[in-house]
Amino acid sequence: MAILVDEGTKLVVAGITGSEGTFHALRNRAYGTQVVAGVTPGKRGQDVDGIPVFDTVADAVEQTEANASLIFVPARFAAEAIYEAADANLGLIVSITEGIPVRDMAQVNAYLRGRGTVLVGPNCPGLISPGRCNVGIIPGEICSPGRVGLVSRSGTLTYQIVHELTQRGIGQSTCVGMGGDPVHGIGFIGTLERFEADPETDLVVMIGEIGGADEEEAAAFIRDHVSKPVVAYIAGFTAPPGKRMGHAGAIITGSSGTAQAKTEALEAAGVRVGRTPTEVAELAQAALS
Amino acid sequence: MDLYEHQGKDLFAQHGIALPERGVATSPEEAADAAERLGGHVAVKVQVQAGGRGKGGGVALVHSPQEAADAARRMFDEGFKGTTVTRVLVERLVDIAAQFYAAISLDRSAGTYLAMVSNAGGVDIEEVARTEPSAIRRLHVDAMLGLREYHARRLSGHLPAEARAGAAELLRSMYEVLTSADATLVEVNPFVLLTDGTVMALDAKVTIDDNALFRQPDVAALRDSFPIDPIEKRAKDAGLQYVKLDGEVGIIGNGAGLVMSTLDLVAQAGANAANFLDVGGGASAEVMATSLEVILSDPDVKSVLINIFGGITRGDLVAEGILGALSRVSPEVPIVVRLDGTNAEEGRRLLAEANHPGVVPAGTMLEAASRAAELAHGGS
Repeated sequence: MAILVDEGTKLVVAGITGSEGTFHALRNRAYGTQVVAGVTPGKRGQDVDGIPVFDTVADAVEQTEANASLIFVPARFAAEAIYEAADANLGLIVSITEGIPVRDMAQVNAYLRGRGTVLVGPNCPGLISPGRCNVGIIPGEICSPGRVGLVSRSGTLTYQIVHELTQRGIGQSTCVGMGGDPVHGIGFIGTLERFEADPETDLVVMIGEIGGADEEEAAAFIRDHVSKPVVAYIAGFTAPPGKRMGHAGAIITGSSGTAQAKTEALEAAGVRVGRTPTEVAELAQAALS
Repeated sequence: MDLYEHQGKDLFAQHGIALPERGVATSPEEAADAAERLGGHVAVKVQVQAGGRGKGGGVALVHSPQEAADAARRMFDEGFKGTTVTRVLVERLVDIAAQFYAAISLDRSAGTYLAMVSNAGGVDIEEVARTEPSAIRRLHVDAMLGLREYHARRLSGHLPAEARAGAAELLRSMYEVLTSADATLVEVNPFVLLTDGTVMALDAKVTIDDNALFRQPDVAALRDSFPIDPIEKRAKDAGLQYVKLDGEVGIIGNGAGLVMSTLDLVAQAGANAANFLDVGGGASAEVMATSLEVILSDPDVKSVLINIFGGITRGDLVAEGILGALSRVSPEVPIVVRLDGTNAEEGRRLLAEANHPGVVPAGTMLEAASRAAELAHGGS
């Protein structure tokens, strides 16, 4: 099982001929992911170490039956690449690209609503079901197969905590990097919902940070809908207060967005919150034993 | 990027929003000239990237050019809430019949924009939201559809009849400003109904999405008008995310979440971070070297903590960068280095071979944080 990606994932990589696209497409393939196609406009007929390159996602899907897209194109073209993948009816789109304008993402969100496509990211490290499939840039060697689901707003902090889990012999079912952008695809709730339903996941680790209200909303969801144990980490207790978006920001969220407020909301929902990445791994270990 | 009010108003003017006649002054003399030109009865408004000006003495209503000059001089001399003031806005006073509030803002939770109109304006809007929520009408905007005429009519439907049409027009223009300038916030507190029936924006708070500056050259050019700390400027020019803080442990890490977590661990170990510095993904040796030079140029720094978990970032290049920087500057403070992830072993080996007396290796993030805290407080 795992969630979102597994042995059946057939990946088309947008921007495969760029240096990052090539590097990570081959790294994902070496991990065992089925990387079936690449897309770079104007480069059809070429290949990247045997992976055929097409002009459009639709062409790639027709020829290879790709069912997921991994996007490495620069920020100014990234929204276009997401539309293209959604239009080709791919079930999963993972956008690594950082720096996509908010307005582009607000429009992407409106377009994706109700289409049955899951977007992961942007500005995220991707996701991995250890031992089965790696889509993105999470270093596969720090992960290990197991029964802990992980979801995170931060890239390298994910690596840190996965590393701590692996070192204690705690493997992962799937690790999802949802990304840190204000407007993003799947979040804590969508991921928690899937982990709750996944028979191969026993516990969820969620990694949040200051800003926005994602963690507070996740806390409410956990209280009402999640029966599996959840362990959390929140970064940013001592970070400089984020820029408030005028008065409007506080009115919308109805929350201060601080690490303290997020921690309290999660603890009130029965989530154990670690004070350090190490303590998160210890709490997970204790909950599993 | 938060714009000054007068810059926001320039954007408003381009989209046909009615505004008081106004002028920008960078000296008391210019303020007097502007007041003279505008008929003497003016508001002098401090231009800063912060709110709370009304309550904080940042707005003066005056009735002669001399008074305008005096008010401006006080603002330049005193600054505003610790910020240097380099310019004031001088505006003709208008005859107000009623005050309202309008904003269009990114709503992160909804993943789109939220438009709001309050029939109480010119006051603490958060207080209104708490005590009198029905005063505020809200509506999420579908970013594909935009803010249509009927949306604007709905949003302004609770205002007095004579203000509704003007308010609806203002809202649609505000949305045009938002989309055409790639703003994440356009807020007007207050907009007013004048005694002659005109609806006018007395304020303009505009925040621009930094990610969109590449396609907003006119707005991006405004960056140079904002004050910036010299160390922050150097970091920014090198493409680093740097924020100066009050503590004594200089921090370098990769990824905002990991850096924030490092700050927290240093605090738990009893010290305080001197800065937040994120080198981003895939940092080269050159970027590492520049980062270290930036941190070491801060006299408050008593120890440095470098915490890298390599994904795209390679540990060997990080080590090369550290050693490169150490060949150019001779730090007087110890540098604790923790490397993990991609090519970390190679990086650790390079540092061990160089055996630089100022470099203190640490095996884990926790150990690194407590070592850096100890060393900052004179431990060895």
